[in-house]
Amino acid sequence: MSSSTDFVLAIEDLTVSFDGFKAIDSLNLYVDKNELRVIIGPNGAGKTTLLDMICGRTRETAGSIKFKNEEMTVLPEYARVRKGIGRKFQTPSIYENLSVFQNLEVSFPKGRSVFGALVFKCDDEVKDKVSSVAREIGLADTLTTEAGLLSHGQKQWLEIGMLLMQEPELLMLDEPIAGMSVRERELTAELLKRISNNRSVIVIEHDMEFVKKIAHKVTVMHQGKILAEGSMDKVQSDPTVIEVYLGH
Amino acid sequence: MQSFKNLLKQPGVLSIAILAVILLVVFPALLDNFRLNLVGKYLTYAFVAIGLVVLWGWGGILSLGQGVFFGLGGYCMAMFLKLEASDPITTKIQSTPGIPDFMDWNQLTELPLWWLPFKSLTFSLIAVIAVPSLLAFIVSYAMFKRRVGGVYFAIITQAVALIMTTLIIGMQGYTGGVNGMTDLKTMSGWDTRTDEAKIILYYACCLTLLLCVIAGTFIQRSKFGTLLLAMRDKEDRVRFSGYDVSMFKVAAFCLAAGVSGVGGAFFALQVGFMSPSFVGIVPSIELVILCAVGGRLSLVGAVYGALLVNASKTLFSENFPDLWLFLMAALFIGVTMAFPYGLAGLFESHIKPWWIRKSTERRMIKQRLIELEIEAAFEAAQEVQADSASAIAVPSANDAAELVIRRSAP
Repeated sequence: MSSSTDFVLAIEDLTVSFDGFKAIDSLNLYVDKNELRVIIGPNGAGKTTLLDMICGRTRETAGSIKFKNEEMTVLPEYARVRKGIGRKFQTPSIYENLSVFQNLEVSFPKGRSVFGALVFKCDDEVKDKVSSVAREIGLADTLTTEAGLLSHGQKQWLEIGMLLMQEPELLMLDEPIAGMSVRERELTAELLKRISNNRSVIVIEHDMEFVKKIAHKVTVMHQGKILAEGSMDKVQSDPTVIEVYLGH
Repeated sequence: MQSFKNLLKQPGVLSIAILAVILLVVFPALLDNFRLNLVGKYLTYAFVAIGLVVLWGWGGILSLGQGVFFGLGGYCMAMFLKLEASDPITTKIQSTPGIPDFMDWNQLTELPLWWLPFKSLTFSLIAVIAVPSLLAFIVSYAMFKRRVGGVYFAIITQAVALIMTTLIIGMQGYTGGVNGMTDLKTMSGWDTRTDEAKIILYYACCLTLLLCVIAGTFIQRSKFGTLLLAMRDKEDRVRFSGYDVSMFKVAAFCLAAGVSGVGGAFFALQVGFMSPSFVGIVPSIELVILCAVGGRLSLVGAVYGALLVNASKTLFSENFPDLWLFLMAALFIGVTMAFPYGLAGLFESHIKPWWIRKSTERRMIKQRLIELEIEAAFEAAQEVQADSASAIAVPSANDAAELVIRRSAP
């Protein structure tokens, strides 16, 4: 396969084995620029592991992960983030003791070294960015609230906002609407559509209605491999997919 | 005046100002020289305690080996002082004059090479901060890059404390062994044992400590401080926000070590000796307790914690020689059980709200009094109005109220 592509993310022959168990098994995955890709699959299919490997949390046994044609597998986590890969965790992962403003402020991509952080000034540029992101995620009125006091849905949005502060070119979201109310789901779907305008997004999700609403393309994973890939309709009518996943 | 008032209103400034007044004015005014010198000694532990606030309170990294850095700073200072105290004339009865007495007792015939730089005061002062920081860097870099943390890190720091004590005691000829370095007399010719010198050292110690507290406050308000709190809460989130978490931890550890070293140096200067009994596991744990009692989230609280714990230690051991260890234990257990965030936490959760409540009440009473006065004036004016046939010449009720308001305004 060619080593230089137009894809934002090109994963080739990726394998990770835990004591002989292959959680990801020779997986190939390509994500286009500005694409919103949804990954579905039964529990234990390796969806979260895949995201963990892209952001560096889990190290691969073999294979390659290229982000904008640059090999990521050799880089530590923080360097991958600086290249433009953002990751949202499954459970809302925010700083509960800090205010919403501070949560967004520390996510601003400046002053990332030790000395940089010591001399970092919260200037107008930062404040403008924080307030524009806060408006985007619907938390503009709660900037001074301690993040731990937010509702579950707001916490999820806050974490997405923290990622938006970094302007990532690839955003990975692990079950962003888990535990959200119907209204919150709708708002999140709109938010995802807006933020995928100028970046690629990978979403793991179980809620089929939600997937239908947002996905450009769906990838179905099963036992560490890709079972099917394509539009939602195509995937839903695929007999093997119905067999392992949708048929249950 | 207005800008001064505004400065005091900034969070943290008032508490530092109060601490400064207590240390620089109240203590010297109330205490005799002996007690003041004792307070000076307690304050040297406060350096370690504020280092622990940054490291443990904010960063969530518990180190049970801070005595090592306190000791290293102290030894660096003590080596300089010892060399000065060992000039060839005062040590002429030794078989090798001009070297520290303990070297002579251990059959050393010349000054070891690594002792030579400590003849320079400048070098020694730099070493007081640099040597502990360097060791801290080596230990913590090796640990944090491998993601060793939490309880494992605490155990390793404790092992470092044990190793350091064993090393110091074992290398008697080079370090003075278990007795440490004693008979420290002068610093660049200035006698540190006179009453006057002790007072000067006390003030120097206080000022340096206050400087460290101010620097700590600066760190707390910087992004570095926010990141420490963030790391304590959700380390992975910080890492996946593009930060090299391990380097931040290393920096916090080195910072705490450097500050502890300064404390150790002041200890050697004020007390006049340095020994391995301030390096090992037990003193290291005691230092953590100082910080816990004072409140591990508050720099100023840590200073009060150091003062209170050490003062009670002295008080108990003077008055109840048989019981003092139990009393100390009771103090530690009591404080940490009743107030998990120490004295500073007690202040934040009880005294401050109480004070705010009281002052709101006072304000409300004052306001009610003014209202009553206005009402009274209003009624009086109405009476006058009713009495008089023409209402034009008489001040209206509004005028009366206005008058009262103007009068009662500060």
